[in-house]
Amino acid sequence: MNIATFASKRFLVPVVLVLIVVLLATAPLYTAPGTIPLMTTIIMYIILAVSWTMFSGPTGYISLASAAFFGCGIYVSALLFERGAALLPLPAVIIIGGLVGFCFALIVGLATLRLRGIYFTMFSFGLLELARRLIQYYEFYVTGVRGRYVGNVDVNTVYFIMLAILVVTLLTVYFIRRSRLGLAMQGIGKNEEAAAHMGVNTTMVKVLTFAISAFFMGATGALAATRWLYVDPTIAFNLNYSFLPLLMAIVGGVGQPYGPVIGGFAFAYLRHVLQSRTPYYFMLIFGAIMIVVILFLPGGLASLIERWRYRLEGLMSKLWKGAQAE
Amino acid sequence: MPILEGQDVTKYFGGLAAVSHVNFHIDQGEILGLIGPNGAGKTTLFNLISGAIPLKSGGIIFKGQKLNGLKPHQICKMGVSRTFQETKIFTDISVFQNVLMGAFFGTPTRISGVDAAKETSQALESVGLSAMSATPVQDLTLVNQKRVEVARALATKPELLLLDELMAGLNPTETSETMELVTKIRDTGISIFMVEHVMKAIMGICERIMVLHHGEKIAEGTCQEIAANKTVIEVYLGEEVHAGS
Repeated sequence: MNIATFASKRFLVPVVLVLIVVLLATAPLYTAPGTIPLMTTIIMYIILAVSWTMFSGPTGYISLASAAFFGCGIYVSALLFERGAALLPLPAVIIIGGLVGFCFALIVGLATLRLRGIYFTMFSFGLLELARRLIQYYEFYVTGVRGRYVGNVDVNTVYFIMLAILVVTLLTVYFIRRSRLGLAMQGIGKNEEAAAHMGVNTTMVKVLTFAISAFFMGATGALAATRWLYVDPTIAFNLNYSFLPLLMAIVGGVGQPYGPVIGGFAFAYLRHVLQSRTPYYFMLIFGAIMIVVILFLPGGLASLIERWRYRLEGLMSKLWKGAQAE
Repeated sequence: MPILEGQDVTKYFGGLAAVSHVNFHIDQGEILGLIGPNGAGKTTLFNLISGAIPLKSGGIIFKGQKLNGLKPHQICKMGVSRTFQETKIFTDISVFQNVLMGAFFGTPTRISGVDAAKETSQALESVGLSAMSATPVQDLTLVNQKRVEVARALATKPELLLLDELMAGLNPTETSETMELVTKIRDTGISIFMVEHVMKAIMGICERIMVLHHGEKIAEGTCQEIAANKTVIEVYLGEEVHAGS
């Protein structure tokens, strides 16, 4: 191992990561007003992209159910707020939101994860509609409520909790990747039949990781709801929250753990910029950029970074050898 | 007592009997060969034993326990492991990780990371792939990919190993090396049930041979008995036997 890879693996990466978290955590102190809500939105999308990739990346099961779990969280929040005040402490609301997403995914996963390929994708898509209609039915016939007011929570508090959820999500991804669960998921993605014959309980692995990823989506939804003041089933179960995380993850690259982070960031930021500057051409420009990325970078933005990293490491080891020769 | 016993094993695909009323047994420490023309039901029989296809009619008994209704991962943990006719390796990851998968999940008790790595190295050594453990598995030649499958199966600590056309597509040198490997595995106490088309291989290492044709067992016996069996010759060579005589 040369000095460059040693530095980048053992020392540089953790230090840089901690620095980034510290910078983000202190952002409200030095950023311009209005930046924090934007950053909160970006982090929210990053969490959705990362938790989507947590399950769908290694297993190759393309899920379109993100919005269903996200919506579960939103509705938990909506039900646990009364006249603008939370019935429970905010962290409890968020954890319940996550748990509802987790349980929902667990039940649905047991029923549907034996479907493969496009069939699973189609079912996960239908799940969103099912969840929305169920809540609509419940609100219309049982409670007689059309929409709900969610309490207003301080902008910085929302930001800090969102950041905390992101950190926990990323740590979870990191530990799953290193664990035997991560290996089992890879086996399922590469060849499910072979994995089953090697003793992997494929159903258990899929359902569990699907539910873990839904936990983070639900928790994020519960927190996001506090920013919107008003929610109804159509707002809560919005198809965009299924498609956007998937696109972000693919644009960022699902092969590397930081791929969806970069994808989520680039995507959400670009969306904000284009939407505010060119509201009419927003979708057009956005679509063109998407196509270019997918055509020229099939491995996502992460593959670009990997390429640069190899070059940088090569350059550094050359310099190092040069310095030693002198 | 036989390690594996099949009683009246039957499987229909629609109206077609892929395997029909087959009785068989494999003795402890034996190499049993399974031959038959294409479409005879050999791989289907393997799929029924390993749980890839559920068995509805008849019974398969492994060490006194019924395998009917068990999932592949449960059957693997009980000590029945297999390789596939068309290699099903985990691409893009190393040879070592491929085999590690078997070591981690294939045994009934939870195994530590250190022990799993040890098992993996042992399995790789026994198939002669130690030097390639870091290679991405798709970069290997066919014979070595097949060895990865064998190593992966061995890492699950099987008592019975099902080998589905291990020699198919190998050149003569590779075939004889693989025959040696199979005999070596048997000598460690693992019983072997193998499907094979390469007659030289099957005649060389099997104690007994069973012949399937259209899903039915048409013959069973020692290599000499099978080689001389009239029905078997007819099934394999058809009219040409008469034309030549």
